[in-house]
Amino acid sequence: MSSSPSDWEVVIGLEVHVQLHTRAKAFASSPWGFGKEPNEQVDPVVLGLPGTLPVVNREAVEKSILFGLVVGSSVPEQCAWDRKNYFYPDNPKNYQLTQKDFPVVVGGQVEIELPGASRNVMGEHKFIRIHHAHLEEDVGKLSHAGSGSLVDYNRAGVPLLEIVTEPDLRSAAEAEAFLRSLVALLTQAGVADCDMEKGQLRCDCNVSIRRRGAEKLGTRTETKNLNSISSVRDTVIYETARQIRELEAGRSITQETRGWNAELSRGYVLRDKEDAHDYRYFPDPDLPTLRISRETVARLQKLVPENLYDRQRRYVEKFGLPFTAASVLVVNRELAEWFEAAAAAHPTNPQGIANWVTNDLLRDLAASGGAGAPLTDEVLPAVSLASCPIKPVQLAGLVKLTDDGVISKQQAKEVFAEMFKTGQEALAIVDAKGLRQNSDTGELEKIVQEVIADPAVAKSIAEYRAGNEKAINALKGPIMKRTQGKANPVLIDQLLRKFLG
Amino acid sequence: MDEPLHTLSAAELGRRLAAGPLTSRALCEALIVRYHAVNKKVGAFTHLDEGDVLAQADASDVRRKAGQGRGPLEGVPVAIKDNIAVKGQPLTCSSQMLASLVSPYDAHVSDRLRAAGAILYGRLNMDEFAMGSSTENSAIQKTFNPWDLACIPGGSSGGSAAALAAGLVPLALGSDTGGSIRQPASHCGVVGLKPTYGLISRFGLVAFASSLDQIGPMARSVEDCELLLCALASADARDMTCFAAADRALTPAGDAKKLRIGIPKGFLGKGVGVEVAAAVTAAIEFYRSQGCAISEVELPSADLAVPTYYVVATAEASSNLGRYDGVRYGHRSATAGTPVEMMTTSRSEGFGAEVKRRILLGTFVLSAGYADAYYMRALRARSKIRAEYLAALATVDVLLTPTVPTPAFKVGEKAADPLQLYLEDIFTIPANLAGLPAISLPCGKSGHLPVGFHLVGAPLSEAKLLAAGRLFEAAHGFAHQQAAL
Repeated sequence: MSSSPSDWEVVIGLEVHVQLHTRAKAFASSPWGFGKEPNEQVDPVVLGLPGTLPVVNREAVEKSILFGLVVGSSVPEQCAWDRKNYFYPDNPKNYQLTQKDFPVVVGGQVEIELPGASRNVMGEHKFIRIHHAHLEEDVGKLSHAGSGSLVDYNRAGVPLLEIVTEPDLRSAAEAEAFLRSLVALLTQAGVADCDMEKGQLRCDCNVSIRRRGAEKLGTRTETKNLNSISSVRDTVIYETARQIRELEAGRSITQETRGWNAELSRGYVLRDKEDAHDYRYFPDPDLPTLRISRETVARLQKLVPENLYDRQRRYVEKFGLPFTAASVLVVNRELAEWFEAAAAAHPTNPQGIANWVTNDLLRDLAASGGAGAPLTDEVLPAVSLASCPIKPVQLAGLVKLTDDGVISKQQAKEVFAEMFKTGQEALAIVDAKGLRQNSDTGELEKIVQEVIADPAVAKSIAEYRAGNEKAINALKGPIMKRTQGKANPVLIDQLLRKFLG
Repeated sequence: MDEPLHTLSAAELGRRLAAGPLTSRALCEALIVRYHAVNKKVGAFTHLDEGDVLAQADASDVRRKAGQGRGPLEGVPVAIKDNIAVKGQPLTCSSQMLASLVSPYDAHVSDRLRAAGAILYGRLNMDEFAMGSSTENSAIQKTFNPWDLACIPGGSSGGSAAALAAGLVPLALGSDTGGSIRQPASHCGVVGLKPTYGLISRFGLVAFASSLDQIGPMARSVEDCELLLCALASADARDMTCFAAADRALTPAGDAKKLRIGIPKGFLGKGVGVEVAAAVTAAIEFYRSQGCAISEVELPSADLAVPTYYVVATAEASSNLGRYDGVRYGHRSATAGTPVEMMTTSRSEGFGAEVKRRILLGTFVLSAGYADAYYMRALRARSKIRAEYLAALATVDVLLTPTVPTPAFKVGEKAADPLQLYLEDIFTIPANLAGLPAISLPCGKSGHLPVGFHLVGAPLSEAKLLAAGRLFEAAHGFAHQQAAL
């Protein structure tokens, strides 16, 4: 009896480890950051020197609570830390401080958007439940060199929020969409930077399959330490296919911990259940239970930004933006806020402003380098507008000039390029370059009549009158030439039709 | 002023230093002479950096001359148990594992002593990682009881107690997880106080069992003990279990003669030596004669204290001592293979037998399938013991018992029987489990060996314990006693 892949349903749960955006480490005052020399960012506490004690970093706790508020969890009255004991040279104390029984975030949900039929069509939206998130410390990095091993403790003690989903995801696409949403929520709230190239977001991926319609979950495998969204997607695809193959061949799935080789696009077994560690968890006696005051929660609630999909819906409904533009703008909070500031300065044409932002501004920011990458498959636009030479109100001024007919769309492109280069006001550039278009009806009527009278264009006139609409364009060239290109093209078109009509 | 400097109390030395012409340098030089004459016999100190001591003394003398003395401990030496970090000094915990370790930082108490102008004077022997009751578990050297050099000084702060009893130093720091200050104080005829859990920062104290460990003062008189306690107790943001309560704990108590003293039922019976029972009974009668109300109290779960302690303390220790793996510091095996093999071999070589025994026990009680039966159950028993002690201390001010059932035993006598040795702490352990302050002070002799009694109070009642101690001390001849060496 054979079956098709569609007879099976895949069930996915993710454990996402995110380095929090904090100045100091989770339980020590040592700072941390990327790109330092090995073991530069350590202190006696980080190194686990005898007699040192952990102290909870309030900033890390508050960022964790903020995440809880962002996903709509109920913030618990208290949280506490446990010790997870295991021996490995990258683990300075040979136990990791984590939260087993009283995590800082309980519950919540993340809205995701699946890809639409095309780029211009919004896909399905779903809610993925968060089981909990706990605040723990990262470990160092061990590398093998020659006859020995080297260990760098710069990463040891960096605050990690481990976000654990319910098994709500049903496809690789959903897993991918979830991670994109999660990254947007974390970055927009300032909870984390989620730079995957720097290892700031790592994922453990639990996959099982069951017959479609079955209630009982299948045996799951856990693939650990995936450091990109594409690795998670590929792992789900690989693991789903592997498990279907196993079950259809009459074998069973072993509960095991697996690794992922991104270069070969293959999973492999790390250890099976028999080898599972006994972590000997117990409450950390150095860190008292932390009460979370309602005042703190109320203060942090004010820092929760608008959800990106709420924002997207608002842009489509209130501003009338096309889905494509709205979806590009909302992924980056800074960009969205920049857009909204410009739209507020010229409220009659948000679509026009959105066009400039999503096409010209993003393109030039990306091209100018340092301002961040444009949309890629992997990374959400990390555009930084801090160094953007154009201010929102200045772009609004440019759009207003075109909307008022002061300059043409073609002229506006030239003005924009100059604005991006110099940071000057649109109007100043228009005046300095003498770009103001000529909309003087009396003067233009005279020129139009002179051109029509020129025998050189008689043939085009005849063709136009014979019904060839395009022939009228041949008359516009000489008019533009006589006005040094400043004639208002819309007005000329009207005048030509009037006199030739 | 004919008495040798090493016989004087810290308070008296502080007064003489302040008044002149005594200088801290002269005092330290005299103590260094004493050290060379006596330490070999007693084995209290494992390390004394004479140059560093004299440099500190000179700096103190300069301060005092300039009118910038820092208080009653200015220029007074304080010796430090070798599990408390002093920057630039060894921090061995009397273990092979840390034999080569020099601390790159100061413990909070070291900061406090410097701020008080005290001289951080030498490193004191102890049971390895503070695990033991005789200081025989030191991997560095033996320490002997100054009152009888064939006997143990108690432990784990045996070096601290022996140094005081031998007149090597006027003040010492100890640490107490199950009695490690009070039991050696009792055996060596000195005063030792374990403060309320959280009164003194543990930052810089090498952890044995974090929820039980406290640093405390040891001295030859209650007054000196109080002087040192006042210098040590303060809030510290580096220890989240330390709270700002020094003012409450040290606010002078009322009239000690009005204290209500509870005698736990049965505590003078089981296994208590005849002379110990007699000395402690005499202490009870003394308080009665002073007008204190004496009553019997019930502590029905007291029998659970020792087994509870050996589950909780070893569980925490098994995790706390995980960090000693030879990777970053400390002993590293020369026969290393893979990193994980290197860690395993280093630990096998670096730890002594008692430390291994406790790590194994602690690992077992926390392991999957056993944690509920042992660790979780011990936590429940601990809560029960604490509740009973707090209930008793709601009806009386202090509880009075012997500190140790019997006087100091011979070196090697109990080395083969760890369970017998664990009973040394039967009276002291409950105060650690319940986080309560407790003091041991001398009240007599059994033959030529000192006997002490033990007072336990409610949280932050240190002032009451000290007041009760002063009342007793003033009427008896045990203060300032030193063994003849």
